[in-house]
Amino acid sequence: MTEKTPRSLRLGVAGPVGTGKSSVIATLCRHLRDEFALGVITNDIYTDEDARFLKSAGVLPEERIRAVETGACPHTAIRDDVTMNLMAVEDMERDFAPLDIVLVESGGDNLTATFSPALVDAQLFVLDVAGGGDVARKGGPGIARADLLIINKIDLGPHVDVDVAQMVADAEGAREGKPVLALSRKHPDTIEKLCDWVRQLHAAHAAGHHTPVDPGPMAPHHHPHDSNHAHGHSHD
Amino acid sequence: MARAAGGSAALLLLADGRLPAGGYAHSGGLEPAVTAGRITDMAGVERFLIGRAETAGLTAAAFAAAACSRAARDDLSDLSGLEAELDARIPSPELRTVSRNLGRQLRRAMAGIHPHPHYATLGAAPHQPIVMGVAAAVLGLGPRDAALAILHETNSGAAAAAAKVLRVDPFEVHAILARMADRLDRLAGEAAAAAAGPACDLPAPASPLADIAAEHHRRTHVRLFAS
Repeated sequence: MTEKTPRSLRLGVAGPVGTGKSSVIATLCRHLRDEFALGVITNDIYTDEDARFLKSAGVLPEERIRAVETGACPHTAIRDDVTMNLMAVEDMERDFAPLDIVLVESGGDNLTATFSPALVDAQLFVLDVAGGGDVARKGGPGIARADLLIINKIDLGPHVDVDVAQMVADAEGAREGKPVLALSRKHPDTIEKLCDWVRQLHAAHAAGHHTPVDPGPMAPHHHPHDSNHAHGHSHD
Repeated sequence: MARAAGGSAALLLLADGRLPAGGYAHSGGLEPAVTAGRITDMAGVERFLIGRAETAGLTAAAFAAAACSRAARDDLSDLSGLEAELDARIPSPELRTVSRNLGRQLRRAMAGIHPHPHYATLGAAPHQPIVMGVAAAVLGLGPRDAALAILHETNSGAAAAAAKVLRVDPFEVHAILARMADRLDRLAGEAAAAAAGPACDLPAPASPLADIAAEHHRRTHVRLFAS
């Protein structure tokens, strides 16, 4: 938007399967597409289901939604080996220059999957009340240190016996003051709060005031072919 | 610019599956072969890997070796000729696209890891073996090393995919790789020997079923691997 902006704001959306990452992206596109030039990169575990959902929802022109296939390793694609996603973002920025914001959707993964700061400037972590009221309390890098934590589908709270206010309070306790947003696509005021957060972030990025923060790596884990890949990156 | 001590560590860097160049998203044709029922057990995996090494593997190795020897001489003038010759050896449009995507990714990764002016001369979407050859030269490695790196990448990537698409014991998968070590050394030697000659004379062993399977795979909606 300004000459100072070197490139788009790259915003990651992570979180477990089924919490509403694609829906959050569709909501952002619908409400921000007249203000910002947008692009979306999806990461599917298998198939290109998420890209097809977003295309069929008609939230952006189809060519601005591209799928990266992650070979059943969604956490690798956003953290340990970001080359495929980085190139998808760079290609999108080149093909539709100038873009204001590129949204990168992680494949649904476990609670410890977070984006590398080499790939995104900021990240949302999406939980939902239907996944259980205790999830926020469990913490982890995404819940504790993503730039924004979203508690999604709050309209479902009464149906799944989850005390939304308590879940939000638990999340705030895990985050030491970082923002938590209770969201429902049926509550327009919550959508407006989400959009405002993105607007402020974009303004800070465009002005050169935003510094990407790394929520931290996923917990050490083991793959049969790869005994120490949780440690192949810096921890600063 | 060859390394005095043989460059073994640089070769390991280039061949390591953890090199962040996106190779993990591909099964090297193993998934479509399993989906079609042509591989059902470990003996089938071993036959597949041997067939792949002797065909697509040798072709890739020869082109990696040829690109390496040219880059080591700082003579990249006939790279477009190499690209065209490799295109001609990959009948499947899908597999040509995969090779060029992997090539772009490898260049993106290596240009950040160990920058060199050669990477900018490779064109918009160079084939993976050619980027591997240039990367090997930039690291001070020779044509045989380049051939070995792409053979290892080709073989171990497909083998690692077996654990996700078949019910296998991962130790058995690596036992296959151990049995194939001499074969890969021999193929790397053949590739390096061919590299000095003209591009049109580089090896061209074919595997038509792999080409057909790759086209089917692209049209499948539910798949774990991109190829």
